[in-house]
Amino acid sequence: MSEHEYPTSQQSIRAEAIESLLIDKGLLTEDAVDEVIVQYNERVGPMNGAKVVARAWKDPAFKTRLLADGTSAVAEFEFSGGQVDKLVVVENTSDVHNVVVCTLCSCYPWAVLGLPPKWYKDPAYRSRIVREPRRVLEEFGVQIAAAKELCVWDSSAEIRYLVLPEPPSDSDSASEEELAARVSRDAMIGVALI
Amino acid sequence: MISDLDGIEQPPMANGELVFDAPWQGRVFGMARALSEAGLYSWDEFREYLIEAIAGWEREGEGDYAYYDHFLAALESLLADKGVVSPGPLEARCSEFRNRPHGHDH
Repeated sequence: MSEHEYPTSQQSIRAEAIESLLIDKGLLTEDAVDEVIVQYNERVGPMNGAKVVARAWKDPAFKTRLLADGTSAVAEFEFSGGQVDKLVVVENTSDVHNVVVCTLCSCYPWAVLGLPPKWYKDPAYRSRIVREPRRVLEEFGVQIAAAKELCVWDSSAEIRYLVLPEPPSDSDSASEEELAARVSRDAMIGVALI
Repeated sequence: MISDLDGIEQPPMANGELVFDAPWQGRVFGMARALSEAGLYSWDEFREYLIEAIAGWEREGEGDYAYYDHFLAALESLLADKGVVSPGPLEARCSEFRNRPHGHDH
């Protein structure tokens, strides 16, 4: 298998050729391929994080453990394969809003959030969220009161951050499952509210 | 999903390089998963091919590590062994695509 060494443009042609042959044979559709990517990007990955957040809202003891040691607390879920070396969970409160970036590349808590969104690795986001976080958040449609402290967390290969958003007003009556369904990926990066 | 791949066959995500460097890498990833979900092979089967592709590169010790190159090679070998996409028709299709008018390859 190792004899397959091609320059990148050759590989893109090979990939396209394989895909077109599979489509010809009726074994694959373009949509099915797109669906896998979308599913991973937007559903499967962030769902793990959403479960963690919802439990923290419902279970104060879990929340304490989560904020003290994110890696160990998340390990309680036994998510398949995905182990974060060091996960630090930062809590949004009435006084503080947290937002996550990786200024160097695109370090991301993939085990709980799946693949990072495209904008996360965009140089503009990576530099501007540090320089003018309030303005960038406004562009995401999030207004942070001037009185509120804004913390920007810079991820690295060693430490990944996850934002614990503020719970919705009905978090006492709603079930953990209902709550998890409402936690968006962007809220766990800190560029959206619940 | 992708996190089923542990150890040597794990995508380069530990250093934050999980995102695809080129669109074809996303297509290859999507194809491999979609065909497995459709039951053409099990994900474990694909993983064996991926491990072998990476091991082959390690034995030869040439060139930089490029995860999705191995991913593509693994998919190609698996599909050939399954008799689904044979080398002949694949080469023919590749050459057809290479000879397209400029601006039609992506």
